Amino acid sequence: MGETIFTLHEFMLQTETITYIIVAISFFVILFFWIFLTKLDGE
Amino acid sequence: MSVSRRKVLVWMGTAGLSTAFGRSAYSATNHLKGYPDSFGVLYDNMLCIGCRSCEAACNIVNALPPPARPFNDLSVLDSNRRTDPKAFMVINRYDHVENTKSPLHQRIGCNHCLEPACASSCFVRAYTKTKTGAVSYDASVCVGCRYCMIACPFDIPTFEYDKALAPRIRKCTMCYPRLIEGKLPGCVVACPTQALTFGKRTDLIKMARERIRKRPDRYVDHIYGQHEMGGTSWLYLSGDPFKEMGMREDLGITPAPEMTKRALGAVPIVAGIWPVLLTGIYAMTKRKEKIAKEEQEKAIAMALDQAKAEAESKIAEALAKAKKEKEAAIEKEVKKALEKTTGTQAKEDA
Amino acid sequence: MPKEATTANRSFSNSFGYAAEELSKTFLSPLGIVAGIIVILGLIITVLRFTGGLAAVTNLSDYNPWGIWIGFDLLTGVALAAGGFVTSAAVYIFGMKKYHSAVRPAVLTGFLGYVLVVVALHYDVGRPWRLPYPFILQQGTTSILFEVGACVALYLTVLFLEFCPAALEWLGLKKVRDLVIKLTMVLTIFGVILSTLHQSSLGALFLIARSKLHPLWYSSYLPVFFFISSIIAGLSMVIFESTLSHRYFLHKMDAAHLDEREGVTLGFGKAASFVLAGYFIVKVIGISEGNHWHLLATPYGIWFLVELFVFVALPCYLYAIGTRDKNQRLIKFTAVWTVLGVVLNRLNVSLVAFNWHLPAADRYFPHWMEIAISIFLVTVGIIAFRVIVSVMPIFYEHPDFRKNH
Repeated sequence: MGETIFTLHEFMLQTETITYIIVAISFFVILFFWIFLTKLDGE
Repeated sequence: MSVSRRKVLVWMGTAGLSTAFGRSAYSATNHLKGYPDSFGVLYDNMLCIGCRSCEAACNIVNALPPPARPFNDLSVLDSNRRTDPKAFMVINRYDHVENTKSPLHQRIGCNHCLEPACASSCFVRAYTKTKTGAVSYDASVCVGCRYCMIACPFDIPTFEYDKALAPRIRKCTMCYPRLIEGKLPGCVVACPTQALTFGKRTDLIKMARERIRKRPDRYVDHIYGQHEMGGTSWLYLSGDPFKEMGMREDLGITPAPEMTKRALGAVPIVAGIWPVLLTGIYAMTKRKEKIAKEEQEKAIAMALDQAKAEAESKIAEALAKAKKEKEAAIEKEVKKALEKTTGTQAKEDA
Repeated sequence: MPKEATTANRSFSNSFGYAAEELSKTFLSPLGIVAGIIVILGLIITVLRFTGGLAAVTNLSDYNPWGIWIGFDLLTGVALAAGGFVTSAAVYIFGMKKYHSAVRPAVLTGFLGYVLVVVALHYDVGRPWRLPYPFILQQGTTSILFEVGACVALYLTVLFLEFCPAALEWLGLKKVRDLVIKLTMVLTIFGVILSTLHQSSLGALFLIARSKLHPLWYSSYLPVFFFISSIIAGLSMVIFESTLSHRYFLHKMDAAHLDEREGVTLGFGKAASFVLAGYFIVKVIGISEGNHWHLLATPYGIWFLVELFVFVALPCYLYAIGTRDKNQRLIKFTAVWTVLGVVLNRLNVSLVAFNWHLPAADRYFPHWMEIAISIFLVTVGIIAFRVIVSVMPIFYEHPDFRKNH
């Protein structure tokens, strides 16, 4: 997967960047999922 | 066995928290050893004569303004200094009257850590640990927040507080521009006694080990920077304990990024679990309110029904009573009439 | 009912006219004159800051890169602005409708608080126009400060949107206002998430400086300590702000607000007592986990015990007594005391325990101009609060928008 990671700093740069993106996407996913679930109740 | 929603939410919360705060015996990052073949500089204070040639060279290479007192003025060493925007590297002198090794000197400047705290703390990635070993600073993105100064355990980064519009952090660059040209750092070239040695970090450690081994009476048995804060590219040998050379010996070997790893890891877990937890609480609160409302309506309806039934039975009772009274009254009248009739009959007969 | 509360014959510009009128009225009272002097002084120092650099107006040094603009304006400011998320959560997530009248004032306090934090940041950082850089140019994702910045920026947006309905009602923009109101639940939940993250991360900022913070204040639980104390600060600030508002803005308050007021004080006081008890316990656990008992006998240890007993245990006890005896005055006093305690804690972590090992000559004490700017920013916040509650439906329900909750 591209260049090897040599330092803890590089490792965390990669993990945290990907994680932040996942968090941002998840927020919208969970929001739309909630709307979907509550619509099922017919509210 | 059915599990309540509340139980599931509590389990998830606990799982999340223990992931964030639990201790893992096997770390995913134990194998990270840094850039192979990266360079370093060894400073040996038993060879240093405190001539300040290295400071002068650093000043020239980095195009820094001339100092208030010239570099050949050794009385500057009478008081200990720290780095400042015009001095990326300073030599401090330490006198120990009882000690035959005195005076000894110490170099203060960026140690180019293997896992730099400045790089870890910088929110705009202004610092980079290069493959050469040098930690570089990019003033073109720096916002001037000075968190790197908070983070650096050696108190090295210095800030241009007197500049209003373009203040920079300043520090030793390990002459990175020269390194990539294949040249040596300016201080190393200038040193007349080879107190400063440039080379591959692994070689320098071997060299330092060898010096200690050959002269155990001369050196403290410790290579400062080999493990401190996870290891630094600048390494130090000293004739006297490092604590007396102004070098902190209580920093530990944990690299800076390791200190924030857990807190950083907790962030996405909270971001992942909180929405479900909070929405769950909200949903349960709403459901409780709904049930409470329904029960209240039921209670009201029941009460109404009961009141109605009571009222109806009361009316029925009253009606029955009235009927009975009417019947009794009629009977009485009939009886009276009958008595009257029989009385008149008896009178007629007589 | 306040006379501005009708939309009859009111235009956009009229609204701002009323606001401008209130603003100029602010400076007419004796307190207002003092505020005016503070504002003028603040503006002068601002010019000095941006012409002479930080050296001209601060006592910051290479050993002490962060002073009270970070320790007080940022760290304390964010903690004291926590009433917004705490009150919204209580009312909208936990369904405690009897505190509903406290939501808008708490959100306003929170919003103004965070705005002032961002403004203060512009004074402190070397190149404030580069503040967007971490988001638009290069992301330092390994940095706790990156996460703080992202969450504060997002939360400021959330607070702005939560504050919007009051402003939109004032401007008579019904359609937009109804749309924004629909977002309340999402904003509240998002707000609690963001608040949890950045309140705790402000504590996490100091994790990387393990060698520079006194062991009694340094703990891997710093994020937890900061988060819990932010809830305590938020609850207490709502009581404190309510106390001040009832003194100076009583004529703006409607019946619901006046009726619920004592219940808010009692309820929030009870909650604060409970959370303070929990906070005390985790602080003690922190000492135990680090095995720092012997440090309590040192001078710094005594100071730590002062912070823990005088400003955590004592308010916990006083809040409890106040709740039990339904003593409004005691709870209100304790709220002020608790807020001071949170201020003390933030200053202790960032300025007292930080660099505790350095010789006295290298320690930091704020320049009077730093203090002046901090006072200036708080004053501007109070003025803004005064103008907003005077013209917008914060302490009363706008008659055109009643029963929309």
